[in-house]
Amino acid sequence: MPVMSYIQAVTAALKEEMQRDEKVFILGEDVGKKGGVFRATDGLYDEFGEARVLDTPLAESAIAGVGIGAAMYGMRPVAEMQFADFIMPAVNQIISEAAKMRYRSNNDWNVPMTIRAPYGGGVHGALYHSQSIEAVFANQPGLKIVMPSTPYDVKGLLKASIRDNDPVLFLEHKRAYRLLKGEVPEDDYVLPIGKADVKREGSDITVITYGLCVHFALQAAEKLAEEGIDAHILDLRTVYPLDKEAIIEAAQKTGKVLLVTEDNKEGSIIGEVAAIVAENCLFDLDAPIKRLAGPDVPSMPYAPTMEKYFMMNPDKVEKAMRELAEF
Amino acid sequence: MGKERHEALGLTDDQVIEMFRTMLLARKLDERMWLLNRAGKIPFVISCQGQEAAQVGASFALDREKDYTAPYYRDMGVVLAFGMTAKELMLSGFAKAEDPNSGGRQMPGHFGQKKNRILSGSSPVTTQVPHAVGVALAGKMEKKDFVSFVTLGEGSSNQGDFHEGLNFAGVHKLPVITMVENNKYAISVPIEKQIASKNVSDRAIGYGMPGVTVDGNDPLAVYKAVKEARERAINGEGPTLIEAVSYRLTAHSSDDDDRQYRESDEVEEARKKDSIITFAAYLKENGVLSDESEKEMIDEINSIVNEATDYAENAAYAEAEHALKYVYEE
Repeated sequence: MPVMSYIQAVTAALKEEMQRDEKVFILGEDVGKKGGVFRATDGLYDEFGEARVLDTPLAESAIAGVGIGAAMYGMRPVAEMQFADFIMPAVNQIISEAAKMRYRSNNDWNVPMTIRAPYGGGVHGALYHSQSIEAVFANQPGLKIVMPSTPYDVKGLLKASIRDNDPVLFLEHKRAYRLLKGEVPEDDYVLPIGKADVKREGSDITVITYGLCVHFALQAAEKLAEEGIDAHILDLRTVYPLDKEAIIEAAQKTGKVLLVTEDNKEGSIIGEVAAIVAENCLFDLDAPIKRLAGPDVPSMPYAPTMEKYFMMNPDKVEKAMRELAEF
Repeated sequence: MGKERHEALGLTDDQVIEMFRTMLLARKLDERMWLLNRAGKIPFVISCQGQEAAQVGASFALDREKDYTAPYYRDMGVVLAFGMTAKELMLSGFAKAEDPNSGGRQMPGHFGQKKNRILSGSSPVTTQVPHAVGVALAGKMEKKDFVSFVTLGEGSSNQGDFHEGLNFAGVHKLPVITMVENNKYAISVPIEKQIASKNVSDRAIGYGMPGVTVDGNDPLAVYKAVKEARERAINGEGPTLIEAVSYRLTAHSSDDDDRQYRESDEVEEARKKDSIITFAAYLKENGVLSDESEKEMIDEINSIVNEATDYAENAAYAEAEHALKYVYEE
């Protein structure tokens, strides 16, 4: 099985879906000749041509809105937001239009569109190239938010997103792009949207997280295993709507739950996960639910000292896991 | 004004009568909805009154079997011309389950009907412009010969989505016709406090497309402008911006009182140019319509409006739990 980087898995999924279905096309800034600022669409312009790998004017609301129109017609657009931080001008199109289209038209119209956006920090990106934006969109029924943690999941979930008949926000951790590598089958496979995935079986503590933090938790778990602490790790994969069943099951398995996100703490995805655990697992818990998250400051600063202070890393996760195990 | 005006445009007597009939149906439905609102039977109305000529004139210049439209909330004339029925509009007014626009989920005026290629609209204004551009992009990719027709008010032409959408259409030379229905008011704020340029159509130059201003009270002038725009679009020459200037004859909506911000003299003056009166006069001058045939038409429309009202009033609401359906594909 070939080993691919996280971003190569993105490109592979796009390429395979464009080969499979001529309704699939890409639109965004610099996605054409340049192949994207991160090179996620590398080679696709040469293979599929300008019409299907469309360089748009620099205007995010139009990227989303034009994608919505094309999707309503019956195409399967994959819109790229160059950085998740720049999705804000498109929020009205995504929330007022894409997310509500099926509902407001009583199932007459729908928007089979995928919006890809690189999120996350630890890349010297400062305030506006580092943010986690999922919480902005995570209370919008009609929208799905997928945040994969491995190259294998990227390919299967991106293909599923493109084939989905509702709008999907597909968030890719930009630091994971070249940091994470893994085996990815060459064949055509899809993974279910809305299903969390156990990334490590364990019996002492449960860590529930998503995105790059899954990787940090797995690294921490290997070190803690040497100390006899056996961690169970659940990767949410879809952060909206949440896989409640899997969350409850994972929490009940050990009775000690650590929730991790790179986002600011208050109002984040893991707050909702905590509520699900609190509502359903009171008598299964052996410790208070513990949250590990970024500080509640607007975004990640540029200087390395402050960036490191904000950014999640394996050491922070390990420390929190040990504390919970010792509770 | 001679009969050659519509004949020169290639319109038959039957076609101009059908235009007038559609305008009148829109007017009568709208008037009925106000009565129903004031009688406490429907919670909300937002009007087409004063804009029927632009809406119907434009729609008749399109291919209503092929073209797509992304209307805004006043476009009753557009959706009627595209095939929505009086009954369906009344079902929307009463928020009944059979309403094809939204099954009673949205306020009236939030049109949408896939079978007639009417894109679903929302309340935040101008979001429909990029949608129309997207439909046109898809049509170009699939090598289809339809255009997309999108409308909005002049106040809305200040929104980013108007500018982003038109620029996108201009850059990619897409078959989009954007018609701004300039009724001179955005709720209470007059045109001179909305737009610094003389005409809304002046904005077209920034997006590399022709911009034309036409008399929105004259359905034939609007027809001509849209017809030419459609030919350009189909020939691959790209989008057009049309500004149809008319006047909003009612308050903004049933929740607005326009006496707070405009003089009744101004409204009375505008009523003299009301297309329902002036187009009827043109048709009569040219022997296409007579007092008798007009009366027959009004009687027929009144009975359509009555039937639609009775049907919609007696139709069922959606079951309460239907509120849970169609969030995602089921």
